[in-house]
Amino acid sequence: MSEMKKIKNLKEFSTSADRFEGANLLCPGCAHSIIVREILNATNDPLVLSASTGCLEVCTAVYPYTSWDASWIHIGFENSSTAIAGAEAMYKTLKRKGKLPASCEGKSPKFIAFGGDGATYDIGFQWISGCFERGHDMMYVCLDNEVYANTGGQRSSATPIGSSTTTSPAGRVSYGEKMNKKDMVQIMAAHGSPYVAQVAPNKWKDMIKKIQKGFATEGPVYINAMSACTTEWKFAPDDTIAISDLATDSLVFPLYEIENGTKLTITYRPKNKIPVRDYLGAQGRFKHLFKPEYEYLIDEWQKRVDDYWEYLQRREEAGV
Amino acid sequence: MAEKMELNEVEVWDGNMAASQALRQAQVDVVAAYPITPSTPIVQNYSSFLANGYIDGEFVMVESEHAAMSGCVGAAAAGGRVATATSSQGFALMAEVLYQASGMRLPIVLTVVNRALAAPLNVNGDHSDMYLGRDSGWIQLDAFNSQQAYDLTLMAFRIGEDHSVRLPVMVHQDGFITSHTAENVKPLSDDEAYAFVGEYKPMNAMLDLAKPVTYGVQTEEDWHFEHKARQHADLMTKVFGKVEEVFEAFEEKTGRKYNIVEEYMMDDAEVAIIALGTTVETAEMVARMMREVGIKAGVVSPRLFRPWPYEQIKKALSKVKAVACLDRSSPNGALGALYNEVTASLYQSDNRPVVTNYIYGLGGRDFTIDHAKEIFKELDANAKEGRPTTPLQQFVGLRGPKLSFY
Repeated sequence: MSEMKKIKNLKEFSTSADRFEGANLLCPGCAHSIIVREILNATNDPLVLSASTGCLEVCTAVYPYTSWDASWIHIGFENSSTAIAGAEAMYKTLKRKGKLPASCEGKSPKFIAFGGDGATYDIGFQWISGCFERGHDMMYVCLDNEVYANTGGQRSSATPIGSSTTTSPAGRVSYGEKMNKKDMVQIMAAHGSPYVAQVAPNKWKDMIKKIQKGFATEGPVYINAMSACTTEWKFAPDDTIAISDLATDSLVFPLYEIENGTKLTITYRPKNKIPVRDYLGAQGRFKHLFKPEYEYLIDEWQKRVDDYWEYLQRREEAGV
Repeated sequence: MAEKMELNEVEVWDGNMAASQALRQAQVDVVAAYPITPSTPIVQNYSSFLANGYIDGEFVMVESEHAAMSGCVGAAAAGGRVATATSSQGFALMAEVLYQASGMRLPIVLTVVNRALAAPLNVNGDHSDMYLGRDSGWIQLDAFNSQQAYDLTLMAFRIGEDHSVRLPVMVHQDGFITSHTAENVKPLSDDEAYAFVGEYKPMNAMLDLAKPVTYGVQTEEDWHFEHKARQHADLMTKVFGKVEEVFEAFEEKTGRKYNIVEEYMMDDAEVAIIALGTTVETAEMVARMMREVGIKAGVVSPRLFRPWPYEQIKKALSKVKAVACLDRSSPNGALGALYNEVTASLYQSDNRPVVTNYIYGLGGRDFTIDHAKEIFKELDANAKEGRPTTPLQQFVGLRGPKLSFY
């Protein structure tokens, strides 16, 4: 039987035992550590974890140290999903054969893979798709900071239009990234995954609820977690939660879930919807958009966010 | 419980079936695999065993060979017996993860049905994929026929999984010539085979929840070298003894004798061919023919390609006057790999035979009795002259003008 943790307030949260240690090398203000900690703290069940090459990996397992007080594996950039699927397959076999280690008998370990947006939207896409098609009992968490942050801020297919990155820099004749962000949440829902959700660490109650729902779900669960990046989004390290609030309250990052590939539910409706302009203006990566010649991009962005919100609401109403 | 399969004393199996049966009998806990010619029948046979109740492990049909080896690494780190099969392009796609598997010291068994590497695309057997794997930190065993593919696959588990070794093992067989040729194979019964392979003994299992482990750490200039050197040192010092021990145990059980370097009529041989794979049997047959015309011919074949058996090769060639190293892979800008390894082995030897290199059989091009005869005759001339009478590197069976170097 699964054992979910009951967390009612932030104090209970902060006093929870850590299986992800604070001793790590992530940037001050990095949302990765907040998200990972919230996820691991959502259950008392044992954990078997994997991570793709990326910020989380290079900052938490530098020999001879480890930040993980749970079994953890990193293979490469593209295959944290398949690594944990392999471990899950081994668990199933050994359980069936009665050969589980004594410490594992009668337990319900949760198998979780972490990857950044580069590892998820780009290089590891095929591996994730394969794992979801095969129906492994696992959770895949994308720590979505919309950029290859570990290697110095190159664009990924999660990088939003207009963002200045080191491989899509704003310049004399360019406003930065030219492509719209790939809609990974819908793509994963289209795999028929039993549970897919978008979460943000500032809305921690919503997030824990979804993570616990994901843990209680049998089969492959996809979580897209917005991870505001102080270094590449260019905001002060103590503004991580404030920026995250701007993202969720402007609906640039709408919070919703999709069950069994079709049933969409919006889980957060901002009381005071703020303009996209305010979200963009708080980050250095969008600074150039506020030049007169690029103002139209901000208007287009607002329209895109409004249209998508409309789409989400209509799908919710329709129940499909 | 998986159902047992009743086997005849002698079965008619091709190399793929021989390897499939060995995987089944080893009761592998997780196989993650992706089909590719010519090893596809291994994946198909295994699926059929599963569909008929002969397998109780997990069989994960992944979406690529890279994913196959990724799944194998995750499964092996979790703590159980793991194996898969591949060839050629699939092997090349796996390459990244092969290094990860050996670097994490995970004893996965990989059956490689050797095939050429594109371009141009080619599905037939040569040793390009085997050679691609030679720096990957895996143990590489080479089978020359179906019986050996069966025997060595069983032995591979016992070698790699031993706690003194803890390294992944490839068992190679030649694409089509071995993999698709039905031959008589004497199997062990299911019970005997499993008893020989033994129970998997986990070490640092991720599923041992009382003792969490971190796999796949980051090491830079401070520790990376020590990890790599330790792995290399274990390959150089711990594998030979374990392989010999397992070969001996297998001989005791079956009467079939294996050696780290196989020698054929080498006691009094003056000239020798060194080769891998099915070519070994052709060369042995021709060596007998050459003796009828007065050439004292022999054949040497490394059963273990990695770690490379320097001492055993040196010993096997301690009396010959001329040696031909036959490489079934394009060296693309160098002398062949076998030539390089063999000459390095001989450099410290008191005996310094004339050594020449032949590139042959690429993309499945036939290597015939006449080819082998011609090589032995050239070796005989080299032995008599005490120097190379031919260019150092030649191509066998190649259309067009004769191609040779040095």
